[in-house]
Amino acid sequence: MRYVDEFRDPELIIKASEEIYRLADPDRHYRIMEVCGGHTHAIYRFGLKDILPSNIELIHGPGCPVCVLPMGRIDDGLTVATNFDVIFAAFGDMMRVPGTQGSPFEHKARGTDVRIVYSPADALQIARKNPEKHVMFFAIGFETTAPSTALTLMRAKSEGITNFSVFCNHVTIVPAIRAILDSPDMRLDAFIGPGHVSTVIGCRPYEWIARSEGKPVVTSGFEPLDLLQSLVMLLRQLRAGEARVENQYKRVVPWEGNRAALKAMAEIFQLRPYFEWRGLGFISQSALRIRDEYAEWDAEQRFPIPGTRVTDPKAAQCGEVLKGVLKPAQCKLFGKECTPEHPIGALMVSTEGSCAAYYNYEHRKAAMVTSISSVA
Amino acid sequence: MRSVLQLRTPQSGNGDQHQFGGLNGKPAVKTVAASVRFRDPQIEMAHGAGGKASRRLIEGLFAPLLFNNTAAPLGDAARVEIDGSAVAMTTDSFVVKPLKFPGGSIGELAVNGTMNDLAVSGARGQAMLVTFVLEEGLPTSVLSDEVHAMAAAAERAGVTIVGGDTKVVERGKADGMYITTTGIGKFMAHVVIDPQSVRPGDKIILSGPIGDHGITILLARGELDLEADLSSDTRCVLPLIETMAEEAAPGIRWMRDPTRGGVATSLNELARDCGLGIVLSEEDIPMRNEVRGACELLGLDALHVANEGQFLAVVAPEYTDAAVNALSQTAGGEDACVIGEVRNEPSCAVLVTTRYGGSRIVDMLVGDPLPRIC
Repeated sequence: MRYVDEFRDPELIIKASEEIYRLADPDRHYRIMEVCGGHTHAIYRFGLKDILPSNIELIHGPGCPVCVLPMGRIDDGLTVATNFDVIFAAFGDMMRVPGTQGSPFEHKARGTDVRIVYSPADALQIARKNPEKHVMFFAIGFETTAPSTALTLMRAKSEGITNFSVFCNHVTIVPAIRAILDSPDMRLDAFIGPGHVSTVIGCRPYEWIARSEGKPVVTSGFEPLDLLQSLVMLLRQLRAGEARVENQYKRVVPWEGNRAALKAMAEIFQLRPYFEWRGLGFISQSALRIRDEYAEWDAEQRFPIPGTRVTDPKAAQCGEVLKGVLKPAQCKLFGKECTPEHPIGALMVSTEGSCAAYYNYEHRKAAMVTSISSVA
Repeated sequence: MRSVLQLRTPQSGNGDQHQFGGLNGKPAVKTVAASVRFRDPQIEMAHGAGGKASRRLIEGLFAPLLFNNTAAPLGDAARVEIDGSAVAMTTDSFVVKPLKFPGGSIGELAVNGTMNDLAVSGARGQAMLVTFVLEEGLPTSVLSDEVHAMAAAAERAGVTIVGGDTKVVERGKADGMYITTTGIGKFMAHVVIDPQSVRPGDKIILSGPIGDHGITILLARGELDLEADLSSDTRCVLPLIETMAEEAAPGIRWMRDPTRGGVATSLNELARDCGLGIVLSEEDIPMRNEVRGACELLGLDALHVANEGQFLAVVAPEYTDAAVNALSQTAGGEDACVIGEVRNEPSCAVLVTTRYGGSRIVDMLVGDPLPRIC
């Protein structure tokens, strides 16, 4: 665990915080978006806002794969599983995400065979062990998780496992960032670039953000020091009036990405012409579908998909929160009708969702009067 | 990990108000149907996971209809008075999968768990009843191993098993076996457990490293390709609590064994029951590197992970040193330490602080801990 401890060293963290105070112009308000839900989670979990100047506003981006999935897709997946007696396998994050007829967990309680898996390969293993049943892996995630889905499909084909399919909801990160930048009510100064997605796609796909939009991007790791160092790098660029893509997460992210992973993705997936994102609406060429060569393993081609479209509850302002226009606590339902236990929007479900992160780690701190120092 | 609800009955120093109706000849008065607030349409796994849903079920359905005084905080054991003498009583079901795991097994867990619920209520377990629900087809050797384990655990804990019941259910219906143990115990002198007595400035003592049991079970299920040299912490904590009580009994305000839902859930319950804030110092919370590593990998908060051989105690500041010294000089209490204190703020919540000045709220567990995607 030393590898983690080094990035949580209190002395270094305090030094980095001091450097940020030194670099930030007190007369300026900074709006910096962390694209990745993992960053949002880390910022709250490590209490980083407590050690940052108040004029640095961190805005949560769209990089939480559970959060951006429209409710209709969840309904479609669960409908197929229930109607065709299919084993519904998905990551743990999906299990409490509400559909109109309830979450996967609620379907499980009513008798649908719902399994948590840790990787798509585990779902394939369930198919091997249950040849009499069909197993559908409900795939979600950005380019971070898409390669493992691709490799699993290749494995299924090469082994001739036909009782297995993928309901593909994989999305790509760059079009989402573009949609946010195109949004008229969004003014941003810089981006903390996604870390894990970049291990696959590298840093090059962000260059247009710096070049055409004039906004600095620093691809960042997930430990407190990673995030603080990334802020230092962004502030230095902003101070110098520069806009470049920099890589803070060099120990994991290669500038050119992971060629083998990209190749596997290219073999299995092709871009959909358009895909609906929760809160952001339809975005063209922003999601992946399974190529026809793998139609036998594509749940959308094997099963009749209702194609449900569900509008989010009117009072819920997930879209605004997802785009960073509203803070979680500014949504009318936050902490009242919508809580991690009874989520109305997906942002309240995943630990990487900004509403859940804010609810879990932050919101009751606001009521505190006394200052917090170390205890015991 | 326990997944069946612990029915917590009200307890307080005043036995007249909190005993079960019927035990002293008076019938339970059921005028509280209106306060039934449980609205969930069906029972889900979360209702047995020890977190928010469990609490909602107990407080919203069981307590108003079954317990005499629903206003009192829910403890780990009930105080029952029969003809003027008080005894502690508790029950617990064990549905752990796999039945055997590094460091223990379901039989051992069943004895220790009930002894611990009594111990953190300030009582020495004296006698225990055991109910077995066995699955048709269960190999006798498996059952026999567990009965041996129970006998050994009971001997170590100094409790007599006085009887029980056996049921067999059809194949496929009980994961091998379920065990329920019901214990009765005698209260220790001068130990009064009452969340209402907790005051700002009181210290939170933890008996040892957290998360061993929960992570051991998670890994023993074999669903993750993770291995760690880790075993369950299942043990009877009564000797530790007795030693601590000898030195610091008047200063002990509250105790709890942080099983399902972990330290975070137990302390959130305390914060709600006493209306105060619990502030923990992250670096002072003892945790093995293996547990920390698994939690980092899986995206779990160790404060939500189950323990079976640890306890939390809130102790008045003037008794803290005596309590910690007594524990650390007792076998198995070497890692006991102060992990935080009670403050006025944040009221009804638990806050964790870091050495570099950051802080975060830690809530009760919601459902089962779920591993993250990426």
